[in-house]
Amino acid sequence: MTVLRRTAPGPLPAWAEIVLLPLVNIALAFIVVGLVVAVIGIDPFHALRLLVVGALGSSESIGYTLYYATNFMFTGLAVAVAFHAGLFNIGGEGQAYIGGLGCGLLVLALGDVLPGWLVVPLAIAAAALFGAGWAAVPAWLQAWRGSHIVITTIMFNFIASALMVYLMVNVLIAPGSMTPASRAFAVTGWIPAMHDVLQAVGITVAPSALNLSIVLALACCFVVWVFLWHTPGGYALRTMGHNPEAAVYAGTNLRRTTMVAMCFSGALAGFVGVNELMGVHHRIVLDFPAGYGFAGIAVALMGRNHPLGVVLAALLFGALQQGGAELAFEIPSITREMVVVIQGLIILFSGALAQLPRPWLQSLFALRD
Amino acid sequence: MDEALTYVLLMLASTLRVATPLVLCAMGGLFAEKGGIVDIGLEGKMLMAAFFAAATAAVTGSAWVGVAVAILAAVALAVLHGFACITYRGNQVVSGVAINILAAGLTVVLGTAWFARGGQTPPLTGSERLPPLFLPNAGDNVLVYAALLSVPITWWIIGRTRFGLRLRAVGEVPIAVDAAGISVAWLRYRAMLLCGLFTGLAGAYLSIGQNAGFSRDMTAGQGFIALAAIIFGKWRPLPAFGACLIFGLLDATAIRLQGVKVPGLGEVPVQLIQAMPYLLAVFLLAGFIGRAVAPKASGVPYVKEH
Repeated sequence: MTVLRRTAPGPLPAWAEIVLLPLVNIALAFIVVGLVVAVIGIDPFHALRLLVVGALGSSESIGYTLYYATNFMFTGLAVAVAFHAGLFNIGGEGQAYIGGLGCGLLVLALGDVLPGWLVVPLAIAAAALFGAGWAAVPAWLQAWRGSHIVITTIMFNFIASALMVYLMVNVLIAPGSMTPASRAFAVTGWIPAMHDVLQAVGITVAPSALNLSIVLALACCFVVWVFLWHTPGGYALRTMGHNPEAAVYAGTNLRRTTMVAMCFSGALAGFVGVNELMGVHHRIVLDFPAGYGFAGIAVALMGRNHPLGVVLAALLFGALQQGGAELAFEIPSITREMVVVIQGLIILFSGALAQLPRPWLQSLFALRD
Repeated sequence: MDEALTYVLLMLASTLRVATPLVLCAMGGLFAEKGGIVDIGLEGKMLMAAFFAAATAAVTGSAWVGVAVAILAAVALAVLHGFACITYRGNQVVSGVAINILAAGLTVVLGTAWFARGGQTPPLTGSERLPPLFLPNAGDNVLVYAALLSVPITWWIIGRTRFGLRLRAVGEVPIAVDAAGISVAWLRYRAMLLCGLFTGLAGAYLSIGQNAGFSRDMTAGQGFIALAAIIFGKWRPLPAFGACLIFGLLDATAIRLQGVKVPGLGEVPVQLIQAMPYLLAVFLLAGFIGRAVAPKASGVPYVKEH
């Protein structure tokens, strides 16, 4: 007996799965952003033009775009590494904060004694160590005590924030200062600014906040790629993320792998402190993570948790951050928080609602056949 | 003696004032969590509601319209969360994070565009704010009593009604509910509607009850403290209410302890007291003080079998 039945839409071709679906998701997010811009009475295309010019229009704006992208690369990688292990690290904000404390303390302690070629690597290591340490506690609590890592990492963001306010106001504040910031770092603890480095080799660019931390960020992307896809440890980590039972069967120690994944993740987030404090502020300041930790979730989702994707997504977010600032300067009724709206919408459409366009695409492809 | 009594009463009043949004938010969160939906977007819903309450009150001049619109705003976000997590089976944590970030951005963007005050709404006066009900100058507006009432109501709905029984079942073993011919999705959507209602009230309280207007990020982590209270109350309404009161008391003490030397302890850092709810929640989750076990199906999207 034959039953007439509408053919169920088949699976999407691989290229549509990898390229088209994510692009449609991002397009949806930007359509909603355009609607928000239109609702507050501004022509979205005019705003877009100002944003692009603001992000890429001059060597100064490109410098700032890349400087923001550096932070997004660090936090995006942090989320991605944990994600591959099946762990959701929303503690990037706190880990970045404590990572900054780590490199800041080291530079304050040793910056006057040791030469720069020794202080900078030590401080970078300190940032990694402190960031990893702040992630290690929730990781340990998850691995040994079974508490949920999402909740504990959220709570650790607030605990980090309270701790930093206490330290800055009561302990680390520069003597005689009214604002809660530490004394300035010795020059040995500064990461060289990109315009100075380029000047030294004869290229003149406008000064910006961009510094050599971006090299560290790109190196981290490479290390993450090698680690995740070309080492036994990375293989164990990804196996745990896909199927914990299979990982156990293959001899993986889940507790140890959880610790490795989260410490790696926390160290990456901690490098935001290197870019911000050693690269730009040259002292420990309050609230420097400024949402980069949370934005890392959007970066990782958009970059599909792959280092190359993270670099591309971080560049886009960096451009949005810089272009958004310029846009807010040009049009007073738009604020910088428009970028936060975009981040939220990208997390929504590329993450939680990622499957929304799938049926549409499936019917489209079914039509073609 | 009288002085001591006045002091205790003042502390109690300020504790209740601080705890009100926590209680409302925690009760809202309980409905979602009991139905198996992890909702870390409580903060965002409350923030959005706070903004729309103040914005509406400023434009219409009526606090009551403000409350209604606040509820609508929070319900809209709750339904969005449901749409992503129930209908599209998306990751509930990702959706919650998205809602928090969206609310943090959208409130400032809309606020700046509409009122041009750097994200703040105009200061509210007179009928634009919720009036005190019985006691002059005690801030005992209707939402304080609503918060107190919300606890027995939540307890009754979750513990004593058919809907509550089914909701609890859906949070533990959704397939059993489905097998009984009851829609898992519709139950969970109703839980999200209730969650939106209560978080909407919590947000309205912040901006047009406790304060006279909206300011950016005015929830300042209270949605997460409410989440901590739910955990601390082991997903039960009455203990969660108790946790909210303890956290409220901590907050009220923190304000009073600023710069005061406590005998025997010295000066207690205000930041330590402020971090207490989070620290306590972490300790509890780690099983160092009792054991908190979430509903079994929480965070797991339900796939209906055909």
